[in-house]
Amino acid sequence: MIEIKGVYFTYPTGVEALKGVSLTIRDGEFVAIMGSNGAGKTTLVKQFNGLLKPAKGEVLVDGVNTRKVSIASLARKVGFVFQNPDNQLFCENAEEEIAFALKNFGFKEETVKSRVTWALNLLGLTQYRQTSPFMLSGGERKRLALASVLAWEPKVVVLDEPTIGQDFEQKERLRQFIVQLNAQGKTVIIVTHDVEFVADCGPRVVLMAEGKIVADGNAKEILTDKELAFKASIVPPQITQIFLGLADFGLPTDVINVHEAGKILLDFLKEEVKP
Amino acid sequence: MIEFSFAKYSGDNNLPIIQTKNLTYTYPGGTEPSIKDVSLTVEKGDFVILTGPSGCGKTTLCRCFNGLIPHFYSGKLEGELTVGKLNVVEHQIYEMACHVGLVFQNPENQLFALSVEKDVAFGLENLGFPRDEIRKQVDWALQMTGIEELRERAPHELSGGQQQRVAIACVLAMQPEIMVLDEPTSFLDPLGAQKIFEVISELNRKLGITVILVEHRLDLASKYANHVVIMDEGTIVLDGKPQEVFDSESARLIGVGIPRATRLWQMLRQNGIRLAGAPVNSEEAIQLLRGVLKRD
Repeated sequence: MIEIKGVYFTYPTGVEALKGVSLTIRDGEFVAIMGSNGAGKTTLVKQFNGLLKPAKGEVLVDGVNTRKVSIASLARKVGFVFQNPDNQLFCENAEEEIAFALKNFGFKEETVKSRVTWALNLLGLTQYRQTSPFMLSGGERKRLALASVLAWEPKVVVLDEPTIGQDFEQKERLRQFIVQLNAQGKTVIIVTHDVEFVADCGPRVVLMAEGKIVADGNAKEILTDKELAFKASIVPPQITQIFLGLADFGLPTDVINVHEAGKILLDFLKEEVKP
Repeated sequence: MIEFSFAKYSGDNNLPIIQTKNLTYTYPGGTEPSIKDVSLTVEKGDFVILTGPSGCGKTTLCRCFNGLIPHFYSGKLEGELTVGKLNVVEHQIYEMACHVGLVFQNPENQLFALSVEKDVAFGLENLGFPRDEIRKQVDWALQMTGIEELRERAPHELSGGQQQRVAIACVLAMQPEIMVLDEPTSFLDPLGAQKIFEVISELNRKLGITVILVEHRLDLASKYANHVVIMDEGTIVLDGKPQEVFDSESARLIGVGIPRATRLWQMLRQNGIRLAGAPVNSEEAIQLLRGVLKRD
């Protein structure tokens, strides 16, 4: 679906944000791009819909070179939810916000209407149909930004730091929602440094540091590797830290979430008390 | 000029540094109060984590501590509110600012000068401090937050973590007795967040600054706190030591993201493993689990 081949990118200020990145994301995958602040995560995903174009190397979206097509046609395939919803919302009310892109893409009026209703409902925003985005809470604004993107049904959804400013319950709802989207066949890409969220979701993890990809694998492999974590300024999940500290009891050290952890400890304790 | 010295806290050391009684506040135009009947006592030197679901009133309560409520946001405030020995209602924001420093979620909203040094000096200049005094205070604040080498840099060129340390230095230069930090690390990666918590913790331990930290990332933050307050729908629902609060059933019911270590403990206990205490961080969990695993 997305193919990145040897991409370099330098900002006009001289900051080299990407230094030779190659990555393939297949249709229907769920990928978390992780790494420290300034590692190049956001710069990388902005290549996916042509917002930024590589200085060297190439980016193919659905087989099409991003240099050869408009951002608008790419946006149809790759929907983007920014880190700060305030950079994205500007209409008078939630309904218009969602309708905006649909009208721009030239959908028929009836389709616009039904898609707006569908998207509001999907993200639990129906009661805010007529409310100004700026009257909504941070979490609600984030959901509205997501609703306005999902409304045009892009094949790929990119969410930049979706968990920032979200409380525990909102995160849990977001997690279920993302997993559901992915199960319905959407390619979901999240940019995040929320290790606990990634540990709960369990996606493929692409780890970046200083403009390069330093690791690529499943969440378990990557989050439990202490050296890698250090390189990319992430801290292993709390559960992983606990199991690393208990390694000498012969317990596994590649445990990332609390349910799996509870089960392993219970089994271990049962084994021990057997006569 | 306002009197200024580090020992300016003239309240009785045995009295709580923050005390609210039945504090209720409604924003102008609001129909429902945003905080209701909040009675809270914070002792001098406490490191408090204030948490709860979005919209539970955490930020509103913090705005009361430095007088933004009721002096900047009008609205209707009822009940008692004492910070230091000052009745907040009777003292303006600029006075309260010398006692209570506020650090926001996004440092970009707080920094604006052309150099770090100038940003850190701004508050003191505003209050008309002599030049030498300002210089001394700025040096000290930069040193305490570990950003001396950034002195000449432009704040907007710095990384998020560096910016947040500058924001803390700005507040620290005013030598407040209380620091209120509203989700100061949510834009930072975990290591960056940990470094900020360590800076805050050091200010708390070495200088005795009382800390109120609003935070959702309890896995990272809990180990620094000695006092946890959980709010829900404008009221305080739990208030106590971290172990007691996180281990209580209602913390989970409110949907607060209690630390994974505590959750693991609860799971084991529900499955009939007899356990004492409750860990709030991985170090404690390892220690307690080692005891359990060895016992069998």
